[in-house]
Amino acid sequence: MHNVWTIARRELYAYFGSPIAYVTMAAFLAMMGLLFWLLIVYTQQATMNFILGSGWTSFFLILYAAVVTMRLLAEEQRSGTLELVLTAPVRDWEMVVGKYLAGLLLFLAMIVVSLYQPLVLVRLGNPDLGAAASGYLGFFLAGAAFLAIGTLTSTLTRNQVVAAILAIAIGVALWLVQFVGDRSAGTLVGDFLTRLGFFTHYFDFLDGIIDTQHVVYYLSLVAVSLFLATRVLEARRWR
Amino acid sequence: MMIEAENLTRYYGPTRAVYNLNFHVDKGEIVGFLGPNGAGKTTTMRMLTGFLPASDGTARVAGFDVFFDSIEVRRRVGYMPETVPLYPEMTVQAYLDYMAALRRLPKRRQAVDRALEACGVGDHAGVTIAKLSKGYRQRVGLAQAILHEPEVLILDEPTIGLDPRQVTEVRALVREIGREHTIILSSHILPEVSQTCGRVLIINKGEIIAEGTAEELTAQLQGAERVLVRVADAGPQVAPLLQRVDGVLGVEPAEDGGSYLVSCNKGSDRRAELARAVVGQGWGLLELRSVGMSLEDIFLQLTTEEVHGEPSAEERGEPATVEENEREGGQDA
Repeated sequence: MHNVWTIARRELYAYFGSPIAYVTMAAFLAMMGLLFWLLIVYTQQATMNFILGSGWTSFFLILYAAVVTMRLLAEEQRSGTLELVLTAPVRDWEMVVGKYLAGLLLFLAMIVVSLYQPLVLVRLGNPDLGAAASGYLGFFLAGAAFLAIGTLTSTLTRNQVVAAILAIAIGVALWLVQFVGDRSAGTLVGDFLTRLGFFTHYFDFLDGIIDTQHVVYYLSLVAVSLFLATRVLEARRWR
Repeated sequence: MMIEAENLTRYYGPTRAVYNLNFHVDKGEIVGFLGPNGAGKTTTMRMLTGFLPASDGTARVAGFDVFFDSIEVRRRVGYMPETVPLYPEMTVQAYLDYMAALRRLPKRRQAVDRALEACGVGDHAGVTIAKLSKGYRQRVGLAQAILHEPEVLILDEPTIGLDPRQVTEVRALVREIGREHTIILSSHILPEVSQTCGRVLIINKGEIIAEGTAEELTAQLQGAERVLVRVADAGPQVAPLLQRVDGVLGVEPAEDGGSYLVSCNKGSDRRAELARAVVGQGWGLLELRSVGMSLEDIFLQLTTEEVHGEPSAEERGEPATVEENEREGGQDA
């Protein structure tokens, strides 16, 4: 774990040493701020569901995760620094998990900053804080899964843009597959596709329900993506 | 024995990059891999550091197999890749501290300070790597490789792209470090390896084609012209007879039995005399030809490449530096 933390710390340093951290955070917070303004002015409901459950938020989350993770391993491969790190006594998985952890912490920092919104709601009305908390947990888990997918696509190529586009494509596909499934609900394939759908597992969190199967879904996506990323990194040796 | 390679082979798809390398490096030796670009030097080094697995064969570093005990090998090896990959946004100090942390050095601060000092970058510790000149980046790469005082140092083209003064400094630094470490370095410049290395392996097209000290190699390369003589009904009398021919330095039997490799003084064609000697004894002369001087070809290629690669002092319109003189001295040695 020591190496994982060392790698994550350097990566965070790099995030904040470049515009990426600030630009992505500002864009996301601006989008959420706009939704918040709509919430206050038009709906006048003291609930975070309007923001966390918005299709805009889902879409931004996919973009955000792709942009934050695109450089993680692609850049190290392009510049050759991967060769130095992996000829130090560092295991491939430590590299993958350390990189991923940096992206995750950056995302967490953004969530913390966005928490001003429920605090404002407390001043204005009487929001269900339990539902808001579980909503944020769902938001964090969904983001964690997308970030893992982005980490995986970043190992596949040395080109950051390609990595980002792949991550967005996979994210959107996982999102849309649910609507395909809904069209043929009741059939085996239809139900499977619905369950495979990314945001199928999201909305219970917003209603204050923490269902194990949803938590397992997101954590499995993280585990599978990081496992595959490690394998891809190992496989570069055989090319 | 610090490094042993046995039948080390590497393919990239169908392309053979390295074939059947066998060599060993003893503790405290400085060994040079000399060969033209694309000869397989980098691939060999990557296999020794565990970055690339071999397609066939094995290598051991400090007694550990580079594939099965990769982590143990990596703990003991300091490696500077050819391109010296660094993180441009970090300061020198932060970068070295990061590498030291990855290597879990107990006294990180001290290790970093010592490496900075040894490589002469102490006064640039706080500078962002993106702002460093090529020469300083090279030194940072070297500092990174010696951070953990490794038993084995592997340096891929440590002086490539440096100006003559920096080249001299880096060579001196390598020699200095080499007092306590086992070093493998690669180069496509003969004088470089002859100045810094105790022993040289010449690699071409993925195979070792010659091995020895710089002096031995130079003698071997420049000393003689070789002629192959094939005699029918050859007996033990043939070799002494050929040896007696004027201008012949040595005779050794070639692999297939019936023929002999005769070395003569450089520049003297002894084929006519050799033919007369053989026929005069009434033996059947089956074949007589100059043997292709592949070593010399490569030697020439290696020595002329430097001239192409870096303009000489005269071409630049400057007085020759000490470094250039040294280099020419190396070629003549």
